[in-house]
Amino acid sequence: MNAIRKFDLKALVASVILYSILEGLIMADIIGPFWELNIILICINVILATSLNLINGYTGQFSIGHAGFLAVGAYTGAIITVKLGLPFELALIVGTISAGALGFLIGLPTLRLNGDYLAIATLGLGEIIRICILNIDYVGGASGLMGIPRITNLAWSFGLMIFVIFFIKNFKNSAHGRACLAIRENEIAADTMGIDTTKYKVMAFTLGAAFAGTAGVLFSHYFYIAHPASFTFMRSFDILTMVVLGGLGSMTGAITGAVLLTFISAYLSDFPEWRMIIYSITLIVLMLRRPQGLFGSQELSLKMFKLGGGKDGGNTVTGK
Amino acid sequence: MLKVDNIDVYYGAIHAIKGISIDVSQGEIVTLIGSNGAGKSTTLRTISGLMKPKNGIITFEDQNIVGVPAHKIVGRGLCQVPEGRHVFANMTVLENLELGAYLRSDKDGIEADMKDVFEKFPRLLERKDQISGTLSGGEQQMLAMGRALMSRPRLLLLDEPSMGLAPLLVKEIFNIIKEINESGTTVLLVEQNANMALSIADKAYVLETGRIALSGTAKELASSEAVRKAYLGG
Repeated sequence: MNAIRKFDLKALVASVILYSILEGLIMADIIGPFWELNIILICINVILATSLNLINGYTGQFSIGHAGFLAVGAYTGAIITVKLGLPFELALIVGTISAGALGFLIGLPTLRLNGDYLAIATLGLGEIIRICILNIDYVGGASGLMGIPRITNLAWSFGLMIFVIFFIKNFKNSAHGRACLAIRENEIAADTMGIDTTKYKVMAFTLGAAFAGTAGVLFSHYFYIAHPASFTFMRSFDILTMVVLGGLGSMTGAITGAVLLTFISAYLSDFPEWRMIIYSITLIVLMLRRPQGLFGSQELSLKMFKLGGGKDGGNTVTGK
Repeated sequence: MLKVDNIDVYYGAIHAIKGISIDVSQGEIVTLIGSNGAGKSTTLRTISGLMKPKNGIITFEDQNIVGVPAHKIVGRGLCQVPEGRHVFANMTVLENLELGAYLRSDKDGIEADMKDVFEKFPRLLERKDQISGTLSGGEQQMLAMGRALMSRPRLLLLDEPSMGLAPLLVKEIFNIIKEINESGTTVLLVEQNANMALSIADKAYVLETGRIALSGTAKELASSEAVRKAYLGG
């Protein structure tokens, strides 16, 4: 227990230092506006990837409708600040809660499904949310909700990212988190051990959706606009790609995936015609050489390097 | 202790269990035997709450448990070891056992039971930090049983513990079942290996296509002509 606390403290100090360095570089104009935008985008993507990892990686429920919850957060947040003129802090809270509430309502019936069926249901769900928004004139319909003030800055996005990371990490290490892992490993066995599988699946889904909502509020308050085209199923796949690239079930993997992919697509924005090609080749190579993702379900740690990667494929063992 | 009264269970339109009644008393080993598709596992799954009967009553310690979700039934002291050794494959042996005590919060009791499980299954102690997916079939069966014991059940349901195991291991597993019973846990055992099951059980039910064809003490059934012919190979 104490060791965990110590580690938390060290990680917290490290992230404060990282934040000060970034903020300093931005103030000194060494990091220009283009990379500042991308750093904030990285923070938002890390929130999205880690929250999806909670659903897909830890609990083993294959959801691909994350863009829908992102949209709900982005729009409700914007309604609070633009339409109602209330403060940003409230927008963050309401955006998070409404995405979480929607996740709860939708999770209850759909989490009875598993595997491919759940994937299709959540994919459809994301689209339904987008198309609903597209047809609501109050939020601008197809032209999007404009005139959102830019309130999100590095402090907000970095701070919330750290909060979400710590929250999910501690959730995973709690009794609830163990229950989620047990469900991923074997649902029948979990049920016969006295774990309320429905409850924990819905809990993970709700939390994941809520944090996607937080990311949505940050997103719309950085880019001045909330537009339905930003929340298509391609966006859901982007997030899923980050998680799978890093390794399903690995927190550090999800973070690395988010950072890496955001960085790659930013770097390649100078060569738009090459961008998608290189992006897809990267993924194909990865899937061929390392189908379990960069880290598998392990966490990045010094131990990993000591073993010299000898634990490759250690997670592909099945219960035969 | 457990009373199953005239239950009917359906898979869609298929009538799998046709009015089965079973009685298990405190301290006994009761076995359900029968061939493939007779409804043994379905009966067990219905008792543990993984399936629901269409009608009929199941009472455990005088309380109705029909319609109570599976995870709540565990809390009442009835634990099933599902067929086919469902272990948490990517977790270590120790983590599997710890999850078995998921519903408990008495740290000392858990520790004592953990010791007890390791005493019953010394093989698990040897491999306590091994990923359980890499255990052999017999070891996984032991782990699944040990994990169930960690919830300190008063009634343990075992679904085909001998399935796919070498004869020597089957013997070992059955010895352990007997040991578990002697330390005070009532056992309801579903088996295809009728010979073995009858040798340790007190009471037995023979199932045939969803009905109870015969019942009686294990001794009676083991010597009965009909059972010998159908299940014990002459």
